[in-house]
Amino acid sequence: MILYVLRRLAATAAILLVVCAATFAIFYLMPADPAQGACGKACSPERIAEIRTTLGLNHSVFVQFRDYLVGIVAGRGFGTGAHAVNCPAPCLGFSFQTDQPVWRMLTDRLPVSVSIAVGAAALWLIVGVTAGVVSALRRGSLWDRAAMTAALGGVSLPVYFTALVLQYLLVVKLGLLPYPQAVPLTADPVGWAGSMVMPWITLAMLYAGIYARITRGEMLDSLGQNYVRTARAKGLSEPAVLRRHALRPALMPIVTIFGMDLGALLGGALITESVFGLPGVGKLAADAINSADQPVILGVTLFAASFVVLANVAVDLVYALLDPRVRAVG
Amino acid sequence: MTLLTVRDLTVDFAGGVRAVDGLDLDLAAGAVLGVVGESGSGKSVTSLAVMGLLPDARVTGEVRFDGRRLTGLDGRSLRRLRGDRIAMIFQDPLSCLNPYYPVGFQIAEAYRAHRRAGRREGHRVAVRMLDRVGIPEPERRARAYPHEFSGGMRQRVMIAMALCLEPDLLIADEPTTALDVTVQAQILELLRELREMSGTAVMLITHDMGVVAGLADEVVVMYGGRAVERGPVREVFYRPRDTYTKGLLACVPRVDGPLPDRLPTLSAREVTA
Repeated sequence: MILYVLRRLAATAAILLVVCAATFAIFYLMPADPAQGACGKACSPERIAEIRTTLGLNHSVFVQFRDYLVGIVAGRGFGTGAHAVNCPAPCLGFSFQTDQPVWRMLTDRLPVSVSIAVGAAALWLIVGVTAGVVSALRRGSLWDRAAMTAALGGVSLPVYFTALVLQYLLVVKLGLLPYPQAVPLTADPVGWAGSMVMPWITLAMLYAGIYARITRGEMLDSLGQNYVRTARAKGLSEPAVLRRHALRPALMPIVTIFGMDLGALLGGALITESVFGLPGVGKLAADAINSADQPVILGVTLFAASFVVLANVAVDLVYALLDPRVRAVG
Repeated sequence: MTLLTVRDLTVDFAGGVRAVDGLDLDLAAGAVLGVVGESGSGKSVTSLAVMGLLPDARVTGEVRFDGRRLTGLDGRSLRRLRGDRIAMIFQDPLSCLNPYYPVGFQIAEAYRAHRRAGRREGHRVAVRMLDRVGIPEPERRARAYPHEFSGGMRQRVMIAMALCLEPDLLIADEPTTALDVTVQAQILELLRELREMSGTAVMLITHDMGVVAGLADEVVVMYGGRAVERGPVREVFYRPRDTYTKGLLACVPRVDGPLPDRLPTLSAREVTA
């Protein structure tokens, strides 16, 4: 088991390196000149040449990539002499727009994205799995049909639409909630929850629909398994049959997609954050794309990709804990 | 004394499929009744009907166990009998064991459900049962998972699970079909031994004439959901009266006889005539 964990972690490091190379290649080999971007609109050729030297753009792409990686691991400096700027590890460069270190921008925005992702995940997991289980147990009933129709609706509605309708109803019409603002949980728990409710519902509607449908399908599948018949033949009570022998196997695929979805969301819910104007990682990405802020785009991409990759590892480890057959192979 | 009585059992599935059609069976305490027939003859459905494990079917007729009417019994009372006084083993032991739990836990589960025993006592019973069905190192193996066992070992686990509460009736639905021939022989030997020790009555469902000949006292031959012939095993085997039984027996290849060019076949018309 320990060997399995170590092997997985080594593989993860390799994947992250590939992700780094790919994003770096895409962004730094694009036709847009980073020096031009860093300098702004009215800019003399001399100034641009100066910036090229400072950012190390005159080196080959391999040297630039190596410097970038070194910066992430050990930190790096830009420029020389009086203009030298130090960028401590993990260094993802500086924003062209604000001159702030990208890493700090990301970590400043992270709590908002985590608040949104974790709250929404808890909500959709509870609602989706419960609805799916009940639907499976009452297959063909009115509840089943209603729940599955609602799930289809949830999956089909675009996030920006749900978000705007919610905001119109809850904030504008009914005045139940304030316009969302980034309030730290530690400073004002009630205000935090009030701001987060709408993003949570928005995202949960989308994901709960998917989870309800998957849970229902998996549950029906496991209810038809021979070992469920064995459990009944043993004379176990129906709740024990359902919980231990039907639900547990049915939840295995849910573990997989839950890990992936949560990982992806931790890297920023771009549309949701933008619609509600919440300054999370997703909003940062949207703003950076709008202003062609290359170091930030690159940083956000890497950051988000790392969450997905790490979530994958977490899923694999949890899977090994839950499924004895995976453990044996690992 | 009659332990199990089945009268006029009829099982209908949605879509107008009648799997069992007016079946009568009698099984004395401690006896072994073989139920043979081809696929689709209604053997397995009969056994599930006795267990009350056919939620989607319409079951009519009467099943009596130890004087109690099982048909129409409420779910709770039926559940108390299941696993405790009537146990069942199935054809494919891998798919019948839950891959996520150690086998010891799954054996103990049956015991604990009926005896209100704790984890530790359940584990002790599981280890004892694994030992009884001939699993080496039972203490260690109780903690292993189904995928870590061979097919024959898994069926031993199933038998251990079924017999841990010393039921009065064991329904064995094709217990050896999914196994190698040599393993089949071991499992049959084990069933014979355990039966002789415990006096459990067995309803043995199979399409394998050899299995019936080796284990059963009486045999019922089923075809199309009906019993076409019944009687003591020797009588049915040596003096079959029914056309279908004769056909079925003729289909059993013999190692000691001449090799036939082709196996005999029966058309449905001959059988129902």
